Amino acid sequence: MPEPKQPEKLIDEKGLRIDGRRLDQLRPIKLEVGILDKADGSAYIEQGKNKILAAVYGPREAHPKHIALPERAVIRCRYHMAPFSVDERKSPAPSRREMELSKVIRESLEPVVLTELYPRTMIDLFVEILQSDGGSRCAGITAASLALADAGIPMREIVAACAVGKIEGKLALDLSDAEDKYGEADLPVALVPNSSMITLLQMDGSLTPSEFERGLGMAVEACKAIHSMQREALKKKYHEIKEVVEEKEESEVIA
Amino acid sequence: MSHTPQLPPVAKLEQKTIVDMISRGKRIDERSPESYRPIQIQVGLIEKANGSAQVHLGKSKILVGVKVQTGEPFPDTPDEGVLTVNVELVPLASPSFEPGPPSEQAIELARVVDRGIRESKAIDVKSLVIQKGKKVQVVYVDVYVLDHDGNLIDASAMASLAALVNAKVSKMELKGDEVVAKPGHHSLPVNNYPIAVTFAKVDKTILVDPSLEEEQVMSARLTVTIDKNGSICAMQKGGLSGFSVEELKKAVGLAVQKAAENRAKVLAVAKG
Repeated sequence: MPEPKQPEKLIDEKGLRIDGRRLDQLRPIKLEVGILDKADGSAYIEQGKNKILAAVYGPREAHPKHIALPERAVIRCRYHMAPFSVDERKSPAPSRREMELSKVIRESLEPVVLTELYPRTMIDLFVEILQSDGGSRCAGITAASLALADAGIPMREIVAACAVGKIEGKLALDLSDAEDKYGEADLPVALVPNSSMITLLQMDGSLTPSEFERGLGMAVEACKAIHSMQREALKKKYHEIKEVVEEKEESEVIA
Repeated sequence: MSHTPQLPPVAKLEQKTIVDMISRGKRIDERSPESYRPIQIQVGLIEKANGSAQVHLGKSKILVGVKVQTGEPFPDTPDEGVLTVNVELVPLASPSFEPGPPSEQAIELARVVDRGIRESKAIDVKSLVIQKGKKVQVVYVDVYVLDHDGNLIDASAMASLAALVNAKVSKMELKGDEVVAKPGHHSLPVNNYPIAVTFAKVDKTILVDPSLEEEQVMSARLTVTIDKNGSICAMQKGGLSGFSVEELKKAVGLAVQKAAENRAKVLAVAKG
């Protein structure tokens, strides 16, 4: 895979981006819940060219024992990129970036998990980036909170995440890889929708305070849209199970 | 792997006292919610470093050394010098710091300081090239935490900026295949002055410059780094809870004001 060249323009005369999106448009998102067999909960997300798996194990016995807390469950989180997920092969050893992202992803989800119900245990959360295309930490959070729900872990709400950036002086939703690389700012945000709480906020680049306020508003609206997709994805899994059970019952009645 | 940290034991009564005071608009060290602890800055303490600075923020103490050496550029940026920020949480600074490879806290701290310097383009990395694609100057910013009494981010960012402004380097040139130093010294090309402003949310109150006691009871933390033009160049939320949109807007406004005050203090000393 040769590294793609820098595009001449990130926005064309019609105001459309290199992939044909408007500035306020998300990339297509596909969500699936419960796709791994062994994990207690799992989810898969595709957002643009991002392909990300999230899995949850636990609550289970804390290991190593000394990390256990007497009044709550410990959440452990690992964000990891596959060596083939980016243009240049990435070493599988955890980088400083991955260690930081593991921390901020964990902190974006801690507020919604009812950890007080499972003292002295741990809940493991694995986010594996199979292919990366900009905004992978946000897509990872979106998938990870579905995996937590799929594992049946009591939660206050489901967390949704999305980034806003600045390209050629304009605020743009959900930056792709090229836009992130050649753009002027990136602002990843995670939202707990009903309590209107921001649980992930990072920024790099350059934004004026008023651009920040507008960008944050765009990100919050996008998180709400993603949140409704998450709900549909969760419902779909249980709808499918219901159909299977009903079919089985019907065939039993006939027999 | 990142896991929920174990907070150092603080007596429940002490925690309650701090939170109760803050919810009444008071702080345990009698500051207002919007004021910093006293800031003292000294530069040039380490003669063997190209630049150095020590910042005392209340009882927190940070020493930063800047070393500039000849090295190779990254393959994807052949026409840029290299900037790296590293943080050592020295075990003598706190009972919670252990020797060993950098902890998650040290990595986050280094990356937040790095992001402020890098994204504000404080160092003109293009001017650090000696021979394109082969030889560049590498700027190492090493942050040494000597005493941890809270808000290491702001103190480290100020000390790093002061040390960079303070740094004196030789101009390097290529003679045949060898890199040799030209006589004389000059300052590093510092074009922007990013200042980090950190907030802690305790109960429903937003405090600026949290002390260690306040960090131990905070629910969430926010750092906003402001450049010399009053634009935001880096942000980082930390902690086990979150912020409302209104709280974030208010914090950004306050950060612009506090950054200007602290920038003046840093530059007054560093530029001498």
